[in-house]
Amino acid sequence: MEIAAGQSVFIFGPSGSGKTTLLGLLAGVLKASSGQVMALGRDLSKMSNSQRDHFRGSHVGYIFQMFNLIPYLTVEENIALPCRLDSERRHRLNGVPLHDAVRETASHLGIEALLHENVTNLSVGQQQRVAAARSLIGTPQLVIADEPTSSLDFDRRERFIKLLFENCRAARSTLIFVSHDRTLMPLFERCVSLPELNRAAQSL
Amino acid sequence: MILLSLAWHSLKNRRLTTGLTVVSIALSVALLVGVDLVRVGARDSFANTISQTDLIVGARGGSLTLLLYSVFHMGSATNNVSYQSYLHFKNHAAVEWTIPYSLGDSHRGFRVVGTTNDFYEHFHYHRDRKIEFAEGRMPDGIFDTVLGWDVAQALHYKIGDPIVVTHGISEGRGILQHDDKPFHVVGILARTATPVDRSVYVTLYGISAMHIDWADGGPPMPGEETPVSKITKDNLEIKQITAFLVRCKSRIDTLGLQREINTFEDEPLMAIIPGVALSELWNTIGYAEEALTVVTFFVLVVGLLGMLVSLYTSLNERRREMAILRAVGAGPRKVIFLLVLESGLLALAGTFLGVTGIYAVSALTQPLVEHRFGMFIPVTPPSTTGYVYICAVVVAGLLIGTVPAVKAYRNALADGLSIRV
Repeated sequence: MEIAAGQSVFIFGPSGSGKTTLLGLLAGVLKASSGQVMALGRDLSKMSNSQRDHFRGSHVGYIFQMFNLIPYLTVEENIALPCRLDSERRHRLNGVPLHDAVRETASHLGIEALLHENVTNLSVGQQQRVAAARSLIGTPQLVIADEPTSSLDFDRRERFIKLLFENCRAARSTLIFVSHDRTLMPLFERCVSLPELNRAAQSL
Repeated sequence: MILLSLAWHSLKNRRLTTGLTVVSIALSVALLVGVDLVRVGARDSFANTISQTDLIVGARGGSLTLLLYSVFHMGSATNNVSYQSYLHFKNHAAVEWTIPYSLGDSHRGFRVVGTTNDFYEHFHYHRDRKIEFAEGRMPDGIFDTVLGWDVAQALHYKIGDPIVVTHGISEGRGILQHDDKPFHVVGILARTATPVDRSVYVTLYGISAMHIDWADGGPPMPGEETPVSKITKDNLEIKQITAFLVRCKSRIDTLGLQREINTFEDEPLMAIIPGVALSELWNTIGYAEEALTVVTFFVLVVGLLGMLVSLYTSLNERRREMAILRAVGAGPRKVIFLLVLESGLLALAGTFLGVTGIYAVSALTQPLVEHRFGMFIPVTPPSTTGYVYICAVVVAGLLIGTVPAVKAYRNALADGLSIRV
């Protein structure tokens, strides 16, 4: 399977179909025992652990299903975290001070008013937007979202996904969105069914 | 830098456990450093029970025995020194001053020491401190007596009170009382925190006067006592003393004089150097100090284990946090470093708090401790051992931090980016 740069792809599959494993491979947390994982033109399966950690830090934004935020940091500190942990990602801000970059990203997601809030005071929807802001800061080439909307209600779901789209497009990031919820399919450029993919792989 | 700020925020987030851990480490460090301070203070006070004395001279016997009865007024001498021999060395060319001691009597459990005014003029303790009078004056008459501070406090004596000396060493009233020759208090010495406080001082003449009618170690028959009014310094003869302290004109003479005394042909005498004898004595009673140190080490171990437990138990609730950190690009090594940093911060904060705390406490209580326990605790920077302890605590904190860190690393590897709540 190949995903072109800048595309937004919806991958769906029931639980147990290997979604988390696939994302783990893409994000470079897991190492492929056979086969090849190419991301942004680099072979993740040939990198060392720390190279993959570094790759993830600088090129990948990751949104979890829930509980995305570090409870003892403020919203601003949570968003700034990837840039403070990875120097390459910070350099990609093109000289914009981190503080301003955080503010700008937050304003794109409509959460600039919350910047100094404690994350524990946020609603689930707000938390997911903060998580999206964190995954988008420093324009990573790849944004991976692992069921980010499953804890949101229908209206918020669609609004969140649209926001995510807009921001990924603006940053020219590739978006890989994983869910078991097929109702979201129509929103995406491309859809991949993981069970079908698995069957195809087995029949090869 | 970011990891330091993360560690700080995370510790701040767990304020209560962090606070308790820091306090428990601080308490054990304070105990450790405090014991070290007390030990230095105790050793110092002990070694300075007597100062500026080059030699202690007594009848030949054990050097420890001589030290005990002459300085600490414990135990008793097996033999005496004749007054002629004392005068011989008192007038020796190398000798600057001497203080004679005549021991063997007591007053309600406190030792009675016969001496001369040389004692009030020359006796030094704690390096350069001299005997001072809280009240009254030096003894002048035969039946004048001066009390140590503790004696006066314990027995509620004041200037002018009569006291009766007991023959021999006994607690309370003895069988043989020198009640025919009562003494009168003329002075009370200021507190010295040495055995001086627990002694009753009379003149050598006083000692002779008490025993004037005694023959062959027995008291005179009732009614045969010489009345006090008939005793004058002229009809008293000082025959012997128990020991004497010697100060040489130059320290170089000390060893030569010691040899001369030890080989004195007229009488079997022995001279000891107080510093050497005191440190020998300290070494024999120093076990208590070691036991104390061992106990404080265990307290410290408990404090550090408390930190280990609190960090380790917090890991499960922090698995989510670790997964997030990994997702934003922190490698397992950074996760390990973060946790080691946290325990390092805890140990550092605890050590700092403990050390400053114990110094504040000892500075504040210094006068009280000196007054109550007679021990001067020097508020000086920690000894080398103190610094070793402090560094050891921080290093131990870092080492202990690796245990939860390795656990977190394993968790991080096993969990990957899946979040287990």
